[in-house]
Order: sequence, then structure tokens, then C-alpha cells
Amino acid sequence: MEHSSLDILHVDGKLRLKFFGELTLYNLTSYQKTVDSINFSRETDVIIDFMELEFLDSAASIFIYNLEKKLLSDGIQVEILCKNEDILEIIHLVKNQKQISTKIAHSAKRGILEKLGEHTYQNYLGFLSFMAFMGELFSNKICYIISFKNIRYKEIAFEINESAVKAFGIVALTSFLIGLVVAYQSAYQLKIYGANIFIVDMLGISVLRELSPLITAIVIAGRSGSAFTAQIGAMKITQELDAMRTMGFDPYKFLVIPKIIALMITMPILIFISDIMAVIGGIVVANIDLGITVDLFLDRFSEVVAAKHFFIGIAKGPFFAFLIATIGIYRGLMVKDDTQSIGFNTTKSVVESIFAVIICDAVFSIALTNLGI
Amino acid sequence: MKNIIEVRDVKTIFDERIVHNGLNLTVKEGEIYGLLGPSGCGKTTLLREMVMLQKINSGSIKVLDYELNHIKNEEAQQLRQKWGVLFQSGALFSSLKLKENIALPLVEYTNLSKAMINEIVEYKISIVGLKSEDANLYPSQISGGMKKKAALARSLAMDPKLLFLDEPTSGLDPISAREFDALILKLRDILGLTIVMVSHDLQSIYDTLDSVAIIDNKKIVYEGSLGNIKSVKNEFIQTFFGKYNE
Ligand SMILES: Nc1ncnc2c1ncn2[C@@H]1O[C@H](COP(=O)(O)OP(=O)(O)O)[C@@H](O)[C@H]1O
Ligand SMILES: [Mg+2]
Repeated sequence: MEHSSLDILHVDGKLRLKFFGELTLYNLTSYQKTVDSINFSRETDVIIDFMELEFLDSAASIFIYNLEKKLLSDGIQVEILCKNEDILEIIHLVKNQKQISTKIAHSAKRGILEKLGEHTYQNYLGFLSFMAFMGELFSNKICYIISFKNIRYKEIAFEINESAVKAFGIVALTSFLIGLVVAYQSAYQLKIYGANIFIVDMLGISVLRELSPLITAIVIAGRSGSAFTAQIGAMKITQELDAMRTMGFDPYKFLVIPKIIALMITMPILIFISDIMAVIGGIVVANIDLGITVDLFLDRFSEVVAAKHFFIGIAKGPFFAFLIATIGIYRGLMVKDDTQSIGFNTTKSVVESIFAVIICDAVFSIALTNLGI
Repeated sequence: MKNIIEVRDVKTIFDERIVHNGLNLTVKEGEIYGLLGPSGCGKTTLLREMVMLQKINSGSIKVLDYELNHIKNEEAQQLRQKWGVLFQSGALFSSLKLKENIALPLVEYTNLSKAMINEIVEYKISIVGLKSEDANLYPSQISGGMKKKAALARSLAMDPKLLFLDEPTSGLDPISAREFDALILKLRDILGLTIVMVSHDLQSIYDTLDSVAIIDNKKIVYEGSLGNIKSVKNEFIQTFFGKYNE
């Protein structure tokens, strides 16, 4: 490669910038520094000499264009010496383009107050759109449930299989382990007081009333809620939802309602399974660690644990299911036309539905306790 | 001839950006009608408004004598069975096989027997030039051109009177694109369809279209036949059609 350099000399009272070799984006910065350090204020004529220049790229031409413009506006005569056709052409091209191009507007920096305001407003809009979704769900589409011929049995059955039957294993395993852990921790405490048999009371009530519904809801939110969001979100991106609408297949009827109904039907069953498995976990620990036989455990269980705890736990199922399914689907419908928003909305869907489930559980707790149940 | 679609003074605004401002056009029965214009001028948006996927800010759109602004739910449902829509990317249902995709409207809207639906699906598959062994594939297993054909077969399943196509030949190789053009002409002739399509494919435009509407600067700058389009003083028309010799 030619040796590239810049000579600055005075000839006949004119400042001459003589470039050698190449002037490209790779060596532009150093030249720019050199040129910036020149004091042009005493000059009247500047000659930019490209006679020895081999190659000029478009970035460098922009630099030359800007330099020329600046010098001209300072009232300095500029002359470009060049015989190389290619270089002249690119200078000409850049000059023409720059004259018609407009500056890209940079968005102004925003203060913290403005950001906060916008954030609040966005959240408010989000809340409104969720309300609109719920409104549409109830007002417009409940009619499909009312008239029997509109119920999509096939879709509901499919969803029951997808989001619940296939979740039996993981719900059972998680619940068994939770039962085991809770029993093991309490056994340690109970042994100190010799109150071994009370493991049954403790475990029975906490599992049936609170733990099983919550554990099941959390597993289902993570497993099926997120799947709803991802599926509907992807369908939105691939325009499948639009295609459904133009064919007159209401997505609410085909996708939304069946999912909600399926989950509401199966959630109590899953909680029931979770109850069984958690209690089995407790029995195992009671047997091994505390020396309580299975018969004794079950006798005590039917004696001290009232059936209402079981029914309260089961009754929470449909409510939790409704929250998980609607939030999952709503988030899916909120997906924009880019893949990143699938990830964003899936995360949101899981976090929000677990949060909603816990709030709902707290409301249940307070209401039922105040009612004396 | 009857007017199939009437668009009157339509205005569309996204956030603060005006996309259409006072747009008018008329599609007549039996026509192949093209929507043309530079990228981003709002062709897809207009198409989406015609098929009720998007609301207009003001003005009116009339499709097959239904006024879309005041359409009732049941009427909208009837209307949707009278048209077919081919999306730019096909939008086949990815969880269904091709034959199930095509059969879906038939299964949902008619009480035809399984055997009859199968017959119809076979016919639609052959009419768009797919092979019958393709019918058992999923959308992810076929090429782009085949997807377009399958999506066309699906939009034709209910024998619609009106067909909307968004860039049907874009992304196809030239041979498939010409086949697609021939197919569309053939369908218009045998089924008596009215077709509204967005296209950038000059060859396809000259081969298939009866009338065009050029959208530029938020309005229709030309509506009519292709014959004397080159005389129109408009930058887009001059650059787009200028060099083409029939
Ligand atoms: N959902 C949307 N939100 C905001 N702007 C949109 C949306 N859809 C389309 N636009 C804008 O409307 C204009 C027309 O888009 P489109 O109809 O897709 O153009 P084309 O004529 O290329 O099909 C574009 O400027 C686009 O940015
Ligand atoms: Mg488009």
C-alpha cells in the first residue's frame, strides 16, 4: 500500500493541504485532528491538493465536503486540485447527496418527570386495555357458552389434554416433594415437644386449604399460562389470527373461551391430585421420622381435619384457573409484530398470573376467616 | 356492471401520522383490480380495512353492499364467508395439515359429509396446481410458493365472490410467479371472481390487471385502465411504468 500522509505547506501565501496515498475511514480520524488543529483565521486561500491521492472513499468525501463548507462560510477561498476522475466523481456524488439530505432528528433527552409520567400513562393504558379485554370476553362472548350448540367440545377436550392431563406428572411430583419437605421440617420441631401426632393436624389443614391450590396454580401458571401466551403471540405474528378473523372464525370462540373453560374444569382435579400426593409425602415422613403408622395417620386425619378445608381448597381452583388463563391469553393478544415481544409478554404473563393468584388467595383467606369458615 | 367495493373519503391515522386522507375508489364486478404505490403508502392498510381487520378514522367503505361502518355482527359473519383473503405470508394455520387448512371453512360453515369435503379439498388442491401428496404436509414442510398456493386454495374453499390478495407473487421465482398469474386469470374466468390485489410485480400487473389504483401522497393519484397510464404526470408512475414496453 502507498504511504499515506498529509503535508501542510504555505505556497505563495496560500495554505496547501497536500494528501498522499489513500484517504479512507481508517485513517480519516488522524487527518481530522491535524486539520482541526490548523489555525485558519489568518488564511485567505486554501488549496486542497489531491494530485498525489490514490483513493478517496465516501466517508472521507463527506469530511472534505464539510471542511470546504466550513472554510467557505468563514470567507476563505477553497480550491480542490485533482485530476483523478474517480475521486472527482465521488466528491461530486457526495456533494449532490448532502445538499438534498436532511439531518436526522435526534430525539430530545427527557427528564425523569416526563419518563415517569409516560410510564404511568402507559400503565394506565395497559389497565384500560385489560378491562376492554375482560369486557369483550364477558359481554360479547358469554353468549357462546349460553347456547349449547356453540360450545366447542373438541377444542375444549384438546385443551384439557394439553394444559392439564399432561401436567398431572409435574403437579404430582411437586406436591409430593412439598408435602415431604413441610412434614420433615415440622417433624423436627414437633419431636422436641413430643407432639408427634400433631403432624397430622398441621399438615392436613395447611396442605388441603392453602398449599395444594397455590402449588398447583404456580405450576400451571408456569407451564400452561406461558404456553397460552406464546402460542397466541406466535399466531398473531404469523397473521394466523388475522386469517381466522377474515374467515369469520372468532378467535375468542376458537382459542380464548375453550382454553379458559378447559383450565377451569381441570384445575380442581389437579388440586385434588396435589392434595393426595402432598398427604402421601407427609405420611412417608411421619412413618419414617416420627414412627406414626399409616393407619394411625389416616385415623387421626379423618378425626381432626374437617372436610371444609378440602372443599375450600378445591373451590379456589376455578378462580385461580380463570386468572391464569385470562392473563396468559391477554398477554398473548398484546404481543406486537416482533418476536422479542413474545418473550417479554410470556415473562409478564407468568409473573402477573402468579401475583394475581396470590392476591386472590389472600382475599379468600380474609373473606373466609371473617365469615368464620 | 355492479360496484363490488366502494371506498369513499377514507381517512386513516396511526398515532399522529396520516396514512390515507380522502381516498376514493370503486371496484366493479368481475374485475382484477390492482392497488399500487410506493412502499409504505398504505396498500396493505387499505386492504386490511376492506376486510374489517382495521377501523377507518372517517369516511366509508362498502363491500358487497354492506356498509362496514355500521355492519351488524351476523352480517359481518355472512360477509366473511363471501370473500377469501390471501395474506402476504400465507398465514396458514401451522398446527394443521394443508388439507385440514383448506377443509377448515367447509367443516365449520357447512354440514357436508367428510367424504364430500375430501372431494372438494382434492379439487381445490388440484385447481391451484398442488399435488395431492402435498395435502398431508404441514405448512412448515413446504416451500414459499407452495404456501401461497395452499393459502389460495384455502381462500377459495368456500367459492367466494371476492378475493383479496396481498402481493401474491412476491417472493416467488419468476416461473412460479407467471404460473400464479395464469392461475388467477383462469380462476377469474371459471369462477367469475372479482379480485383485488396489491402487487409490485410489473409483469404480473400487465398480465393480469384490468384496472389499477395508484396510491401516492395519501390519495389515489390515478384510477383506471393501464392503457394510458404513462401519460399521467406523477413521479411514482413515471419511474415505475416509464421503462416498461408492452
Ligand atoms: N399497526 C400500525 N401502527 C402504526 N403504523 C402503522 C401500522 N401499520 C401500518 N402502519 C404505517 O402505515 C403506513 C402504511 O403501511 P402499509 O399499509 O403496510 O404500507 P404498504 O403500502 O407498503 O403495504 C406505513 O407508514 C406504516 O408505517
Ligand atoms: Mg404491504
